[in-house]
Amino acid sequence: MKSVFVAVLTIFSLSLQAQTLVKGRVMDKKKPLEGVSVALKDTYDGATTDKEGYFRFRTTEKGVFVLTVTSTGFKPFEQTIELKAGDSVEVNALLKEEITELTAVTVTAGTFEASDKKKVTVLSSIDIVTTASGNGDVTEALKSLPGAQQVGESEGLFVRGGTAQETKIFIDGTLVNNFFFSSMPNIAARGRFSPFLFKGTVFSTGGYSALYGQALSSALILETIDFPDQSTANLGVSVIGLSGGFQQLAKDKNSSWGLNYSYSNLAPAFAVIKQNQDYFQIPVFHGADGNFRIKTSKTGILKYYTTLSTSKLGFTTNSIDSVGYKDLFGLENFNVYHNLAWKEKLGRKWKIDIGTSYTNNKDDINSGMRDAQDKDILLTGLEFKDYKLKLRGNYFNAKVVLEKRLVGLSALRFGSEYNHSTDKTTFTDYSGSTYPGSISENLKALFAEADIYITNAIAAKVGSRMEHSSLIDKTNLAPRVSLAYKTGKQSQASLAYGLFFQTPENRNLPSAFPLTFSRAAHYIAQYQKVTSDRTLRAELFYKKYDDLVKTGLGSGSQFQALNNEGFGDAKGFDFFWRDKKSIPNVDYWISYSYLDTKRDYLNFPGAITPNFAAKHTASFIIKKFVTKLKTQFNGAYNFATGRPYYNIAYDGQNNKFNITDQGKTPAYHNFSFSMNFLPNIGKEKAKSFPVYVLSISNLFNVRQVFGYQYSYNGIRKQPILPTSRMFVFIGAFISFGVDRTDDVINSNL
Amino acid sequence: MKKFLSFFLLVATFASAQAQMPEKFVKAMESKVALIDSTNSAAGFIELANSFERIANAEKNQWLPYYYAALCNVMSGYFSMGDNPMGASADKIDPLADKAKELLDKAEALEKDNSEIYLVRKMVHSLHMMGSPMQRYMTDGPAATSALEMARKLNPDNPRIYLQEAQDKYYTPEQYGGSKEEAKRLFEKAVKQYEIFKPASSIHPNWGLSQVRYFLSQY
Repeated sequence: MKSVFVAVLTIFSLSLQAQTLVKGRVMDKKKPLEGVSVALKDTYDGATTDKEGYFRFRTTEKGVFVLTVTSTGFKPFEQTIELKAGDSVEVNALLKEEITELTAVTVTAGTFEASDKKKVTVLSSIDIVTTASGNGDVTEALKSLPGAQQVGESEGLFVRGGTAQETKIFIDGTLVNNFFFSSMPNIAARGRFSPFLFKGTVFSTGGYSALYGQALSSALILETIDFPDQSTANLGVSVIGLSGGFQQLAKDKNSSWGLNYSYSNLAPAFAVIKQNQDYFQIPVFHGADGNFRIKTSKTGILKYYTTLSTSKLGFTTNSIDSVGYKDLFGLENFNVYHNLAWKEKLGRKWKIDIGTSYTNNKDDINSGMRDAQDKDILLTGLEFKDYKLKLRGNYFNAKVVLEKRLVGLSALRFGSEYNHSTDKTTFTDYSGSTYPGSISENLKALFAEADIYITNAIAAKVGSRMEHSSLIDKTNLAPRVSLAYKTGKQSQASLAYGLFFQTPENRNLPSAFPLTFSRAAHYIAQYQKVTSDRTLRAELFYKKYDDLVKTGLGSGSQFQALNNEGFGDAKGFDFFWRDKKSIPNVDYWISYSYLDTKRDYLNFPGAITPNFAAKHTASFIIKKFVTKLKTQFNGAYNFATGRPYYNIAYDGQNNKFNITDQGKTPAYHNFSFSMNFLPNIGKEKAKSFPVYVLSISNLFNVRQVFGYQYSYNGIRKQPILPTSRMFVFIGAFISFGVDRTDDVINSNL
Repeated sequence: MKKFLSFFLLVATFASAQAQMPEKFVKAMESKVALIDSTNSAAGFIELANSFERIANAEKNQWLPYYYAALCNVMSGYFSMGDNPMGASADKIDPLADKAKELLDKAEALEKDNSEIYLVRKMVHSLHMMGSPMQRYMTDGPAATSALEMARKLNPDNPRIYLQEAQDKYYTPEQYGGSKEEAKRLFEKAVKQYEIFKPASSIHPNWGLSQVRYFLSQY
């Protein structure tokens, strides 16, 4: 210590000989900056600013020098100064904020982004799987964000007055055609994809980028993980089945591959938890998936992912059409999905993304009636309920996006998308007559989009998309614009406008009448304030629908799509607050949506609030990890006010549809709870990492009514209920190799 | 023979390293390096980091100033977390961790396969993880471990490896495998390593002993 003191003293006295004093102050627009580095270029001399932004240092250098002032997040400041012995120089620097991805405003209107790309995440993959009401399902967890409805009787995301079909899901840029398991009457099917396949989730509730199309309401954009950290293996056993798999990372860490298999059989669960359906074929699922990932260069990666699944189920429910008889529904599904994506930086600030996917889907549906003795029966007047339907779908999607980075963060993106689909149906009626059908579509799209950073505080995204559908032989042009303005260090306001088009759904096709695209215009205003542990977000929206498909009796008294004279609108606001800071070790969020929507489409007699839209929707999610117990506790409460329901019947005399009965369901409440016990977390040299999961949905056994179903003749109605009031899930998941316990929590199915 | 050759190579590189270090540079570095063990505030480490960075920018072919600048940024991050070792604001920590990484990359470009650089890399990952532990421990955790293992492989006698291990044990809650007792054993081991450790020159890394003493005084 003494020697240091001497050394310092020596240097100090030496430099006293013929020094120049350099001093000054460093500020940004409003306030002094602390900790800023001030340096005399190419010398060792300089200083660091104090709390008030002041600096001063002495130097023995003489002549003309450049003084540099640098601080993270600011553009460097330089000034030439002349140093003369015994003189003093004063430099006051005003630093300007630098445009970086971290500090710059981002165009966020309508979007919840959750990924590692941005520092700020709203919901990460781990959040998704530890959301108690999510049941380990991506879209189910997203229902705890504002914008989505609590619809429990069918799968999909109903966003801001839109139907589930108005939300499209993309994996690595390309459209996914069968994201969910096949539909069942009044039962919501789960997603086929495990949440921990994805590293990034962008849930756009409107106003999304020109890179995506064919969705009037919403886009869910999922990005798959790149490389595993290490080779792993996993095993799982739960009340609903078994699973196992492994992931192998090559020694050079330039490639990896993996396989997983799962078998689910709901017999044990259904034996304990009474179902509203009476199963003659208990649901059985086989699922396998495989992947490989190869680094094609320092900056390039090729990813392949495939799933193969088969399922079988069959049940009867008491028929509302004929008392004492039962409705029968049977389903066999086979589905193969391939996704191949390649990303590469081409140099000179060019980037390319290519994605392709192929899906082959087979559904064999069996519908009919049974009597009290469970014998198949054909009832006069209800023959239409007895049929067999074979669906064969082949889908191919490809997309190319080129990106060129311009000055600063500004960028230009453009590319093309191609979607091919062939849907073949074979309908066999009660008498054995078959009616084959086939619909084939080739959708081609071109798109271009620019991110324009005017300053650090103002950014715009301007884009346009053009699509041509071979099915209806029509072309559309969809402009999209959004603006963002930074109002403070962590807050910003955004505006978005866009036109969105969608080809009429297959279920309304083919039609004898010429149809065109349905259209929605989005207007969104957003304010958000985000820090790393708190997020506040409020959004106002207005959505106008035009050219919705109307259905009715066409020529030959056949029920079909007639025209595009449907219309509608939706307006409301969303609120989101997430806080990880105020209560130690507790993370919670609150979301609320107000929705006012009416539409006239399909067979609606006029503009009415559709049966999937509740006026008020809210969620409260809370998570707490208790270190002592090595257990994470998760709670969720989802609420929605009652939804309207209608019986719309055809009046043959006046040749139109009428509402013969209507009402409103009781309000929806769902309390869910889950806990994950991780006995080996953080334990050194542990070879296996088990996770024990217990989750309970509808904890307080509240009666939930999703809507009402009417008999064919409109005389009787019955509530549409969840398959069981409460569901309890218990499972154990063990991973070997690396502590990926967080991942495993989620494979709760 | 092989041993002799590697010894020769070591001497040769050492000699050339010394030859490449001008006196003015060594003097300036000595005065700053001496401050590392006595600085104990976030602002103090920023000031020190800036000093090293100035030297680095003036002497672009020396790895040590980049290395120390990176270290001081990390230390500043540690000190800015205060008494809350389980989590700090990512807004505060990330710029420091990013800056340290950038400086360390420059040091590594000039000096490959150095145990000390890997050790600071481990510290950068640990610091970054603290910005959001729940979300980052799966990526930063293994990265920190592998950097520390690399540091050990390159020089098992580096006393700072034991210091890092001991600190991790000290701050990690027992439920996650932490142990104050085991930490004490490691701190004591570190003291022994510091006694036999010989830095390559007066300005090569030799910091950390005062930290070890501080921790041991807490028992």
